[in-house]
Amino acid sequence: MELFRLGIHELNEMLSRGEVTSSEITESVLGRIDAVEDRIRAYVTVTKDNAREMSKSADKAISSGNRDPLAGIPLAIKDNMCTRGIKTTCSSRMLKDFVPPYESTVTSKLLQSGYVLSGKTNLDEFAMGSSTENSAFHTTRNPWDIDRIPGGSSGGSAAAVAADECIAALGSDTGGSIRQPAALCGVVGLKPTYGRVSRYGLVAFASSLDQIGPITKNVRDSAILLNIISGKDVKDSTSAPIEAPDFTSVLGHEIKGLRIGVPREYFIEGMDKEVDLAVKTAINNLESLGAIPVEVSLPHTGYAVATYYVLATSEASSNLARYDGVKYGFRAVGKDLLDMYMKTRAEGFGPEVKRRIMLGAYTLSSGYYDAYYKKAQQVRTLIKGDFDKAFKKADVIVTPTSPTPAFKLGEKTDDPLQMYLADIFTISVNLAGVPGISVPCGFTSSGLPVGLQIIGRHFDEQTILKAAYAYEQSSQWTGRRPSL
Amino acid sequence: MDRKEAVPVRYEAVIGLEVHAQMLTDTKIFCGCSTTFGSDPNTQTCPVCIGMPGVLPVLNSRALEFAVRTGLATNCSISSYSRFARKNYFYPDLPKGYQISQFEHPICEHGFIDIDVDGQSKRIGITRIHMEEDAGKNIHDGAGSYSLVDLNRTGVPLMEIVSEPDLRGPKEASEYMKKLRAILRYLGVCDGNMEQGSLRCDANVSVRPAGQKEFGTRAEIKNINSFRFVEKAIEYEIKRQIRIVSGGGKVIQETRLWDSGTGITESMRSKEEAHDYRYFPEPDLVPIIPEDSWIEGIRSSLPELPDQKISRFVSEMGLPKYDASLIAEERQLADWFEEAVRAGGQPKSVSNWIMGDLMRFLNEDNRSVSECPVKPGQLADMLKLVDMGTISGKIAKTVFEEMYRTGKAPDTIVKEKGLVQISDSSEIEKAIDDILSKSPNEVERFRGGDEKLLGFFVGQVMKTMKGKANPQLLNDILKKKLAAVD
Repeated sequence: MELFRLGIHELNEMLSRGEVTSSEITESVLGRIDAVEDRIRAYVTVTKDNAREMSKSADKAISSGNRDPLAGIPLAIKDNMCTRGIKTTCSSRMLKDFVPPYESTVTSKLLQSGYVLSGKTNLDEFAMGSSTENSAFHTTRNPWDIDRIPGGSSGGSAAAVAADECIAALGSDTGGSIRQPAALCGVVGLKPTYGRVSRYGLVAFASSLDQIGPITKNVRDSAILLNIISGKDVKDSTSAPIEAPDFTSVLGHEIKGLRIGVPREYFIEGMDKEVDLAVKTAINNLESLGAIPVEVSLPHTGYAVATYYVLATSEASSNLARYDGVKYGFRAVGKDLLDMYMKTRAEGFGPEVKRRIMLGAYTLSSGYYDAYYKKAQQVRTLIKGDFDKAFKKADVIVTPTSPTPAFKLGEKTDDPLQMYLADIFTISVNLAGVPGISVPCGFTSSGLPVGLQIIGRHFDEQTILKAAYAYEQSSQWTGRRPSL
Repeated sequence: MDRKEAVPVRYEAVIGLEVHAQMLTDTKIFCGCSTTFGSDPNTQTCPVCIGMPGVLPVLNSRALEFAVRTGLATNCSISSYSRFARKNYFYPDLPKGYQISQFEHPICEHGFIDIDVDGQSKRIGITRIHMEEDAGKNIHDGAGSYSLVDLNRTGVPLMEIVSEPDLRGPKEASEYMKKLRAILRYLGVCDGNMEQGSLRCDANVSVRPAGQKEFGTRAEIKNINSFRFVEKAIEYEIKRQIRIVSGGGKVIQETRLWDSGTGITESMRSKEEAHDYRYFPEPDLVPIIPEDSWIEGIRSSLPELPDQKISRFVSEMGLPKYDASLIAEERQLADWFEEAVRAGGQPKSVSNWIMGDLMRFLNEDNRSVSECPVKPGQLADMLKLVDMGTISGKIAKTVFEEMYRTGKAPDTIVKEKGLVQISDSSEIEKAIDDILSKSPNEVERFRGGDEKLLGFFVGQVMKTMKGKANPQLLNDILKKKLAAVD
């Protein structure tokens, strides 16, 4: 049996029954990486030795009774979450050799549950991008078509899951960076409610929007991972003091009577016809399961991308100020302090990061602050209000995750605006702070995956997981794998 | 001759102070690192305060409490909604590339403190008090090719206390600083040490013709790093500006550095070179929405403040205002004073001793009152010995010094040293007779009207009696003897 093909839940049951060891699973995954990684390039760092050691201690723990759902399971972590003693690069030249002296809260929780780290995955530099082409190191390929991008910024994590180079992965989502690559790679990606998962140790891109979440082979695995990583963290003031329920408990509950909101603003002209069809078919599917489609409106949708690019870049311009060559990371030689600063940042950051820093510094500068940053905050409030209103009529909102399937490498790299529009359906969710999940809902005629996005109320991941699970069980998409 | 005489223009200074006070919390404002001063470089640091990728700040609730305490003690209103903001600029001692401070929504606003100006009370407005983190320290080693950075101080909590431009001269500014410092020390929120940098002061100074309503162009004076320079730096800057304006020139808006070595201020950067700090709300910290009950709890725990103490010392203890103000400046000193009074010391006598020998000795030894070897009760005991006539006031000075040096009780010292006052009139009479017989010329002159010589005789007698003669008795007997004709 090809163990690397399996999900968390199945492997946990096999481990519990003693049918398999973590070492076997880990070797299977490492073997898979050896076999396909040179085509996919999902990882920045494969932590083979670590993984083997961790699997050995996991086996010990399992044999002495550890039944934690993640014990002994090889997971890949997006390379913007700090792992103590293991390079955390953010796919940036700036942090190429940066080894964190501390562990992020999410990976601490994974360590406690006995996971096995298979490696750190590639991303758009500092999570800025929608294709993983902005990595300073290499471009990750879409396992369904290696001439295409895997989406981004968590493209490495999504591709690793889709190519079975790990059992599951963590990504981070600021404007769609979990859901969009999950959709484009045909896997499940969940962005939790802002505040559900601690951001401590996640290298910040835009603090008020960033959120860590799972990328998995099926919905149940997302619920299992979310169980482990969520909860209030004293190290993150923005993590919510709200107790997390058992997210697996609702899986399998029927969705009869569930009101699914279909926002008219999300089914727009110019959208890919096959995506449109797949999503509409999925909605019919949900209806046949007893859900009730209702039309809702999110009237400020048209402003979301602009609002996002003002707020996210403003925060980013400040968050990335610390990479100045003084304390850690890349430093260029300069003739004086200012020269050192300028050269370090000119050489250490890639073009998209610099573009966003400049944009953000501009929108925060005196004289422009009110016109851009402040205005964008006001629009953000309106967008939140849109969701609040829509959720009075609907229990969940369904949309396409991405307006198109995976595009070709290099297709949009010369046109940042076109690239920004790749997140048009996911960005509002971050601005509103609500949770969203992308679940596979079909394939285009050329065999590219399409994702259905299900959006929920604040801190109501349970309902979107329930709906996603019901859909997944009734459909035939989950479990399909690219041939590699 | 109706021609109007050209009246020389009189100028008035307008001053506002921005005071940075390091809070006396045990740990830093956004992490658990110690705030201990003087440790080895970079030993009081952690990933959070050195700005590692991915770290997040968590507000030290003690720092918030200290800021609120200060706000309440300076009659501020406590904001029902307060937020941190990021102040963005690049500097090696600022590891995140921004300082977490407050901008639009400070924790305290609209307060005041009263200061004493030539016996008159004057109210100085407090615009705002906000919290922020301190930066680290760059160490330029002289080698030229590099500098070192010490981040121990990074993240130490500060309060910035901004006054209204209500101060009108250097003296008022230093009175304001003194008062503010006293309040901070009373509250236990800052040790007020300007030399060590735990209290820092920037002054916004402008001048205008007396009577003019509009403010002149101001200069901001930085680096006033000692208490005695507050007045000097401002005085210099006022003179400089008056010289410019009265010469027909214009003051330019700029930041100037006080140089204590040369005693002048020098331009550091102009308005055009001023930073654009790109303030925006700190997204890593949630807004502060304090509960009324919490604020009231802090209000009720405030100690008696200097002003309240001064008026109580005046009204209840009969101290002159001058004495009361001096003693109330330091909480420990005021406590010492009150303890001595409780132990039976007469308030004015205690105050005299405090303002005299006690302060002199402490200053000489650079000691604080809490390190004073003389206990308040001992001073009270000594004063009793004076009142009972056991020792004279003059001997008391010797006793006090001995108490200070040895910490012994006054009666022990009096016994050990044999300092008991001699009130035996026959013994004093004997000594007087002895001196008078040895000084026939002086006696002659005294009787001839040179009454100043009385002091001479007193001195001589005291000398032979080792100062122990009861001075009243000595005086009486001496006068009688000199008046009598042999």
